[in-house]
Amino acid sequence: MTASPHPAAHLAQLNVATLLHPFDDPRIAPFVEMLDPVNAAADGTPGFVWRLVEEGEADATGLRPAGENVIVNLSVWENQEALWDFAYRSGHLEVMRRRREWFERHVEAHLVLWWIPAGHIPTVTEALERLADLRAHGPSPRAFTFASSYSAAEAAEDLRAAVPAHPAEAAPPAARP
Amino acid sequence: MEHIEAIAMLQDPVRRRLYEYVAAQGREVGRNEAAEATGVARTLAAHHLDRLTEAGLLESGSRRLTGRSGPGAGRPAKVYTRTKAERSVSLPARDYRTAAELLAEAAEQAGLDAGLCAAARRRGESLRGSAAPCGDLEEAMKMLAARGYEPHLEDIGGPEDADSAGAAARVVRMRNCPFHAVAERFPPLVCGMNLALLEGLLGTDGPVRARMDARPGECCVVVDASKNNDD
Repeated sequence: MTASPHPAAHLAQLNVATLLHPFDDPRIAPFVEMLDPVNAAADGTPGFVWRLVEEGEADATGLRPAGENVIVNLSVWENQEALWDFAYRSGHLEVMRRRREWFERHVEAHLVLWWIPAGHIPTVTEALERLADLRAHGPSPRAFTFASSYSAAEAAEDLRAAVPAHPAEAAPPAARP
Repeated sequence: MEHIEAIAMLQDPVRRRLYEYVAAQGREVGRNEAAEATGVARTLAAHHLDRLTEAGLLESGSRRLTGRSGPGAGRPAKVYTRTKAERSVSLPARDYRTAAELLAEAAEQAGLDAGLCAAARRRGESLRGSAAPCGDLEEAMKMLAARGYEPHLEDIGGPEDADSAGAAARVVRMRNCPFHAVAERFPPLVCGMNLALLEGLLGTDGPVRARMDARPGECCVVVDASKNNDD
């Protein structure tokens, strides 16, 4: 064990957005035009670690793992403050401000945050599971939002409680005859 | 300390000048600078700056202002900034913040961005009180200061950004967001509302324009000369 009680953790983020029109529709064009500069800004933001891109493409808008008309945004950040400042205190805010022009209003949660070990690259499947967890159970150390967030330490504690370190201690009682 | 006691600290005119000077700089301010800027003796300024810090209106730290370090650099100097905490007093007690948060939460869930922005634009227009749009950046500064935005001018870019008259491009930035607490909770909704309010206040077809250019720690809107107004 190192001196640190918790291994380094990074924050993963998924959001899903349902397009009001096809991606190549002129009404979506202002959004498409902002993609490259905003993604470049993300890549250069202090605390940015990784974002999902489609192989051979500049972004992930062509991937539709959550539905034909649903674009996904999956990224990893060093901490919540870095992600918040990028999302709401950079050129990205202008995209967010105009979201109703391009995307349907979501009744359910459309953004989920969760802690991952530093170095881990989240899969789309894992990300959609976290979103489903948030939608089913509300915010928890496993899957949360900006407004009701949990620290990496709380997430680690939650994980320890759910998965005991010594499996023998958690072994079910011997089957009754 | 109770809010009313902290606010009452500012009744002293020297303290109030010191507080307003430190707040207006948007950076750490040393005792000497604050004393010179407000025209009081350094020891008196130091005393009042520390009283303001005890009251929670300022925060203090220490910095080596000379840029030197190591032996011979001297003692670090005490520096002051405005605290982020909000202070307010309402008599009789009112709680508009809870009302604002609840209304914003409902508007966010219902997706009422467009309706909110339309209302904000109308309010901005009626606050302007004149048919003519705001005439220039100096007038915009006055209007924004009157609404608590704490505007300041910033030069941007090099000669390539200079206008046809050869002046460096300037932009009005604002240190204070009057809607801070709700803007932090519902940024796209409330920042969009704020932009619409300022568009209404300054006009969208005049010599200046409000646009979004968010940056950590400041209002997300900037005001600059309209590009479409060149003649």
